Amino acid sequence: MSTFSEISRNGLWKQNAILAQVLGLCPTLAVTTTLTNAVSLGLATALVMALSSGGVSALRAFIPFEIRIPVFILIIAALVTMVDLAFNAWLHELYVILGIFIPLIVTNCIVLARVEAFAAKNPVWHSTWDGFMMGIGLTGVLAVLGAAREFVGQGTVFEGIEMIVPGAHAIRILPEDYSFLIGVLPPGAFILLGVLIAVRNWLDTRAAARARRQPTQPQLAAA
Amino acid sequence: MAHNSPYLLKPASVRSVMLRVAAALLPGIAAYVYFFGAAILVQLALASATALAGEAAILALRRKPVWLFVSDGSALVTAWLIALTFPPVVPWWLTVTATLFAIVVVKQLYGGLGQNPFNPAMAAFALMIVAYPLLMSQWPAAGFADFHTQLGLIFGERALDGITMATPLDALRTALHSEENRATVAAVIAQGASFGTLGGKGWEWIAAGYLLGGLWLLQQRIVTWHMPLAFLAALGLIAGVFHLINGDQFATPLFHVFSGGALLGAFFIVTDPVSGATTPRGKLIFAAGIGLLTWVIRTWGAYPDGIAFAVLLMNIAVPLIDMHTQPPVFGHKKGDGA
Repeated sequence: MSTFSEISRNGLWKQNAILAQVLGLCPTLAVTTTLTNAVSLGLATALVMALSSGGVSALRAFIPFEIRIPVFILIIAALVTMVDLAFNAWLHELYVILGIFIPLIVTNCIVLARVEAFAAKNPVWHSTWDGFMMGIGLTGVLAVLGAAREFVGQGTVFEGIEMIVPGAHAIRILPEDYSFLIGVLPPGAFILLGVLIAVRNWLDTRAAARARRQPTQPQLAAA
Repeated sequence: MAHNSPYLLKPASVRSVMLRVAAALLPGIAAYVYFFGAAILVQLALASATALAGEAAILALRRKPVWLFVSDGSALVTAWLIALTFPPVVPWWLTVTATLFAIVVVKQLYGGLGQNPFNPAMAAFALMIVAYPLLMSQWPAAGFADFHTQLGLIFGERALDGITMATPLDALRTALHSEENRATVAAVIAQGASFGTLGGKGWEWIAAGYLLGGLWLLQQRIVTWHMPLAFLAALGLIAGVFHLINGDQFATPLFHVFSGGALLGAFFIVTDPVSGATTPRGKLIFAAGIGLLTWVIRTWGAYPDGIAFAVLLMNIAVPLIDMHTQPPVFGHKKGDGA
């Protein structure tokens, strides 16, 4: 039985949906053009994950093993439809921008992966917490990626924030005429995601080396 | 030649190979300066300095022997290829960013010399043409080679009217693709100020310079005949076939070979020993694929030249090509063993 803090650590870092499991790359690459879009979709996914993991966990005694995957998908799809309608009603401008990627949360493999790997075997509150923390870990990476791409691509942060917080404005860091198209285009997302995964691996290697109480300098053979 | 066997070949050091490759670029560079002014020298210096500094920094970060790798000249050749494939009047920061991307990301992050799956110079070209299509399409017009104006373009304000023009390849494609004006190849070439006898005015001489340097590299046995021949033959062949079918819509093979980066590519880019195929038959397939793709992208694509994208696409295919073209081990028949 995992404790809540262990579940949190798994979701945020050790089994991070994107950096460790490299799951759900479609929305990761598609909606991280700005920080606002990235965080919005990340939080929507986290909400769906928490509810679907909790729901599946509550119903796990009644779901026949052989057809569990279709049943999981139906539960997830129902929840995603609710989130979709909620976005449409209350955050309509953002809904138009995120478009197909809100309904596509259904097909995001990280949602089904957590339901199958965790919620189907664990109690309700643990499962809900696991889905939520996995979603927050995903949101964190999307946020970093979105902020980096927005900054590199057009020199701003929080573009489109007025769609969520009325009256707020994007912060322009670089001059008005700055633009570096690659940040906005999919290749830029791949390159930045690669850098993020490299940083994570580097931090983990360093932590492991420190834990072994060895000198932190890895021995490198001269090529 | 020694008189007694065994005859051993002393392998050429990376540094000697790279320095000879750089030397072979000199005739082309000389023609470049003659026709389009000294701006290219500024770009070469910028790219070289950036490449060496960037390589030294990332090597130090990776705790590799800095001097050993910086002094092998491979970064220098990458830098020169970047400068020679970019328009000579691009702003300085564009050259610097592109060179850093080529050296740090494409070369060193994949493991350094000998490990990179993609051609660094071409990856940098592809990055910049996607990110800054406008700046990467402004080539100097022949005859506007005033060095002071060019320096202004590189380091200061950009006032471009009358100083820059599209390359012959670009001008030809734009004219052929325009809907209201169904031009023919011959008419476009007759009108356009940028066209010469074989390719672009001035550009054909630069191409000839690269050809001269390339032939010297062949004589020095730094490149084998496979890649340049297969590349030029494939490019010429497909261009020739389509030119015969419809000479009004498709330019001559000679125009394709002497335009854009074809001859620079044939001897200096396609032949990159790291990112290209390694088996003899694989080299033929690899280079011929680049030739075909180059023609396709030039003819129907949206960018000024197709070589960079063609090279990157074939780079992806290299592991497959190498796997399927393994020559049988000596003494075995094809199909023996694993």
